Amino acid sequence: MITKQEVEHIAKLARIGLTEKEIEKFRRELSAILDYVKKLNELDLGGVEAASYLSQRKGKTREMREDWAEKEDLKRVAQMIKAAPDKEKGYIRVKTVFEN
Amino acid sequence: MKLNKLTIKQARAGLIKGEFSALELALAYLDRIKKLDQGIRAFLTVSEDSALAQAKLVDEKISRGEKLPALAGIPLAIKDNILVEGMKCTAGSKILENYTASYDATVIKKLKKQDAVILGKTNLDEFAMGASTENSAFFPTRNPRDLARVPGGSSGGSAASVAAGMSMAALGSDTGGSIRQPASFCGVVGLKPTYGAVSRYGLIAMASSFDQIGPIARNVADVRIIFEAIRGKDPLDSTSVKFPISNLQRKIAISKFKVGVPKEYFIEGIDKEVEKVIRRAIKKFEKAGARVFEISLPHTQYTVPAYYIIVSSEISANLARYDGIKYGLSEREEDLTGVYLSSRGKGLGDEVKRRIMLGTYALSAGYYDAYYLKAQRIRTLIKKDFEEAFEKVDIILTPTTPTIAFKLGEKTQDPLSMYLCDIFTGPVNLAGLPALSLPCGEVRGLPVGLQMIGNLFAEEKILAAGEFFEALNPEF
Repeated sequence: MITKQEVEHIAKLARIGLTEKEIEKFRRELSAILDYVKKLNELDLGGVEAASYLSQRKGKTREMREDWAEKEDLKRVAQMIKAAPDKEKGYIRVKTVFEN
Repeated sequence: MKLNKLTIKQARAGLIKGEFSALELALAYLDRIKKLDQGIRAFLTVSEDSALAQAKLVDEKISRGEKLPALAGIPLAIKDNILVEGMKCTAGSKILENYTASYDATVIKKLKKQDAVILGKTNLDEFAMGASTENSAFFPTRNPRDLARVPGGSSGGSAASVAAGMSMAALGSDTGGSIRQPASFCGVVGLKPTYGAVSRYGLIAMASSFDQIGPIARNVADVRIIFEAIRGKDPLDSTSVKFPISNLQRKIAISKFKVGVPKEYFIEGIDKEVEKVIRRAIKKFEKAGARVFEISLPHTQYTVPAYYIIVSSEISANLARYDGIKYGLSEREEDLTGVYLSSRGKGLGDEVKRRIMLGTYALSAGYYDAYYLKAQRIRTLIKKDFEEAFEKVDIILTPTTPTIAFKLGEKTQDPLSMYLCDIFTGPVNLAGLPALSLPCGEVRGLPVGLQMIGNLFAEEKILAAGEFFEALNPEF
């Protein structure tokens, strides 16, 4: 069973605001899920590497495009600014990031 | 109405011959949506005006005698986590309830280049998380075969729209079974392509090493046509790969096939009637001369827990962008942290929160090795299971799901029981393989799906096997 404090800590890391009722509900549900995934501890994984790139054909690595800046699409930029909840002069406005 | 029953090939032939216009075709589907969607609720947005405008352009091309692209005038439905510029794209979530897409997904660009007609956006489990479409923040979609039952998920709206004849075909997305399972529940055909075969640019990301966009249609030939249209390397998706096999049309004799049936997929938990139907379907391959072997995928029992840890971890990273700053729901609060907590707290549904938190936990300091890293190492073992199997066989046949479509509300109280719906489909995404689900029978009046899994980039083989099976059983 994970604790209430652990749930509160995770919610804080994930920046999700939860009510007291939700904290308890998720505590129960996450505990059940975490119990279930404990099954993975049955396996001896000595020497097995973590899966990284899928569909990687033998010898080939991920192709990166050349590093140069594409011309900006002003129409797209305008659409994106339009979607922002709070904007000013072509910038997105946010609450202050720094503490006083 | 006859127009609602046409295949893509038939529709194209009819348009070229002048038997009907693209406008008439689009209207036939829009009409059917008006008639049926009150009861089924597959659509979140119906884009009637733009669909008719697209259809009219096709008719103008026909009247000028211009050559028509493969999908010209074909009415399609698009899952609402794929961006279509200028149309709302909600991902089935309140946090994007009023978000308008500012660009077209690459697959949409490709469909538009082919002059396809987009009828609208279909319902889904919120952010594609779910197996029933009940997690949509707006309303659940119902199974056209039985309105008291779920259509499956997360591409429930897309599968239902095709099954009910409200679209000729549809696009869905699949991370752990979200194309195949609803296709199975609704009695239609669905393909999850090889990871990297189709660009994810413009697909609202859920789990980036699993997600793939794929077609849902009433038959395999239509699925193949759409897959041809949407696949391809995209500079905007660095995980997309140039498809190595150039000829998807090559016919392969089933008598030359070696078919694998994994013993771990036929244990308890599967509906006995479903098992009978699946085994009967597999026998048909045997009768046609294919060699059927029992194979073993020994790490099958670890696939669901490994899947949920890795997927949730990727989800926690991908959904961090929904923060009330750049777009979407934004709550007014005193400070920045407040904006985040409140916007996400109010805008995201329970299942989404659950997975974000599970992922955050699995990636957090002190737990990363025990959960995420461990699961990724198990993923390697699961991939190896399939690699070794494909040294012996051409395709692997399994049930798509352990049961037929369940009733609405039946699994909503227990998240774990919903997760187990993915038991046969999830391993495929862990390994990045292509898989097709097609109808192979019925149990208690509801469709059963047969899953055909292929090796990496072996869509050709599974589509060929699918067409072979379809030809034997036209009634499905």
